[in-house]
Amino acid sequence: MSTLLEVNGINVSFDGFKAINNLSFTIANKELRAIIGPNGAGKTTFMDIVTGKTRPDSGTVLWGDRNISLLRMNEAQIVELGISRKFQKPTLIESQSVFENLLLSLKKPRNPFSSLFYKLSSQDKTEIEFIANEVNLNNELNCLAGQLSHGQKQWLEIGILLAQKPNLLLIDEPAAGMTAPERKKTVSLLKNLSNNQSVIVVEHDMEFIKSLDCRVTVLHEGSVITEGSLDYVSKNEKVIDVYLGR
Amino acid sequence: MQAEHIKTINNRTSFFWMSTIIFILTLVVLLMSEAYGFGIISTSFVKVLGKTLCLCMVALAMDLVWGYCGILSLGHFAFFGLGGYMIGMWLMFERTKDIVINSTQNNTLPLTNNEINEAIGTQIFGVVGGSEIPLIWKFADSLPIHLLFVLMVPGILAFVFGWLAFRSRVTGVYLSILTQAMTLALSLYLFQNDSGLRGNNGLSGLQNIPRLENFSQAEISIWFLVLSSLALLIIYFVSSSIVNTKLGNIIIGIRDNENRIRFLGYKVENYKLFIFVISAVISGIAGALYYPQAGIINPAELAPLASIYLAVWVAIGGRGSLYGAIIGAAFVSLTSSYFTGGQIPNIEFGIFTFKWVDWWVVILGFSFVITTLYAPRGIGGLIEYIFKKD
Repeated sequence: MSTLLEVNGINVSFDGFKAINNLSFTIANKELRAIIGPNGAGKTTFMDIVTGKTRPDSGTVLWGDRNISLLRMNEAQIVELGISRKFQKPTLIESQSVFENLLLSLKKPRNPFSSLFYKLSSQDKTEIEFIANEVNLNNELNCLAGQLSHGQKQWLEIGILLAQKPNLLLIDEPAAGMTAPERKKTVSLLKNLSNNQSVIVVEHDMEFIKSLDCRVTVLHEGSVITEGSLDYVSKNEKVIDVYLGR
Repeated sequence: MQAEHIKTINNRTSFFWMSTIIFILTLVVLLMSEAYGFGIISTSFVKVLGKTLCLCMVALAMDLVWGYCGILSLGHFAFFGLGGYMIGMWLMFERTKDIVINSTQNNTLPLTNNEINEAIGTQIFGVVGGSEIPLIWKFADSLPIHLLFVLMVPGILAFVFGWLAFRSRVTGVYLSILTQAMTLALSLYLFQNDSGLRGNNGLSGLQNIPRLENFSQAEISIWFLVLSSLALLIIYFVSSSIVNTKLGNIIIGIRDNENRIRFLGYKVENYKLFIFVISAVISGIAGALYYPQAGIINPAELAPLASIYLAVWVAIGGRGSLYGAIIGAAFVSLTSSYFTGGQIPNIEFGIFTFKWVDWWVVILGFSFVITTLYAPRGIGGLIEYIFKKD
């Protein structure tokens, strides 16, 4: 499998506090990966760096076969490359319908003039319906996003990412606040997604990680402690010390 | 889709009703005017109504940036005033030129161009102690160029200001303060005698339209009323078309969740800039129609307070619904001029006299606070609430 994203020796400090400390990380094409770690381990900062929200003090972030550096790009350009992110809290446009939320996410020209003269084609409509189907929201297309249940909001958020046809999905705590059946659906959704694109999931819930059944990276104090299957990392002394507890 | 569908229908019905109301009102005023009707409505009141329509236009512009895109601009009267100044320059220059030429008609030798220009210069700039025509008046004899300026000058100011402000991601209250600073700075600059726009005297006599000397103010006031209604309808139509597109969805998204839109890959700055410039151009058009009816424009019109009042109108009328902004501007500006016009007798409480002129601002302030707290969607929201019940 070829490497999709390669993060090498990055450091970030905020006012002297080292949030990321010489972190290196790679993910392959169409890989599903979970990142775990205690609070303050740098999981969110890591995502901030990949999506261009935070600039590291040193290190490299390379993308794709052609090893493009992401560090000089702004958020919009990174999205254009094919990296999409779901935030911890669902960040939908609550005053608009599910349909409209998905419409804005479709991979179309992003400049004001093409938005002004955009006409909804039947092809785009089919695509939106397809995505809604994928994330179990085909009956809620006309609902305002603000009226969805918490779990549905999380799915819509994932649908929004899918509509952008990304190569890499960054998903922050997808299972937070979900009921057991919703979790189950989310697991199969994420597994499905990784057939077509790479997915990085940040999650606290060990049961959830276990059911994802994928490679796990453990972060602590801004660097990687260990990496491997959940069983493998669970046996690591340091992981037990800092995260799992004895 | 259904949701799309409903939204468009809603906008279409409100546009239909609003345009019908404006059309009927214009027709009624026409029939009751001194020039073309029974003479029940005085010319000065026709002018008040015509000016109110222009204020509705600038309120629409404000609603686009504030109600739809969430940018609380407190400097929109800078654009309004600039529109007024741009048309005022042509009106004043051409009118003065006509007067100069007429007064020397009986001379044996016609005046040379230089002499005409000198006479115009003395006439216009005498009050600020000058007789030279400043460079910015170079095209003041051309109506088409000045009509273009009405659109371009506010548009370019908005573009430059917006480009600097939005690119630096200045938002919220900081942006509002910046817009206040912009209109204050412009106003202070215009107050200077050497600004080339007659300092605190401003431009006057704008109600006298060159080439139309043979028509009475009663007639001209009606033409401007009709012109203002037409302009308002066109601008309303254009604005509601804009907010119905995908671009409309995006700017509403920026208002509700700017970061989401940014992470979808939209350049939020460009969208803000787009809507800000459109809004400034609309304000400029509104100003260009307003000041010929007001007759005079001076730098005090661009004072920060005027733009704050505009925000109050839109808040009371209803943010985020175009007709709400129109209703708010019409309602509040008309009641304001009624209560502060001194026509209502003061109320005597023995030791204390309730003066409407003084207390109106307090009442307005309270109604602003109350709408913001209890009816954030203003009069527009109230109307929607009533009709949704059916």
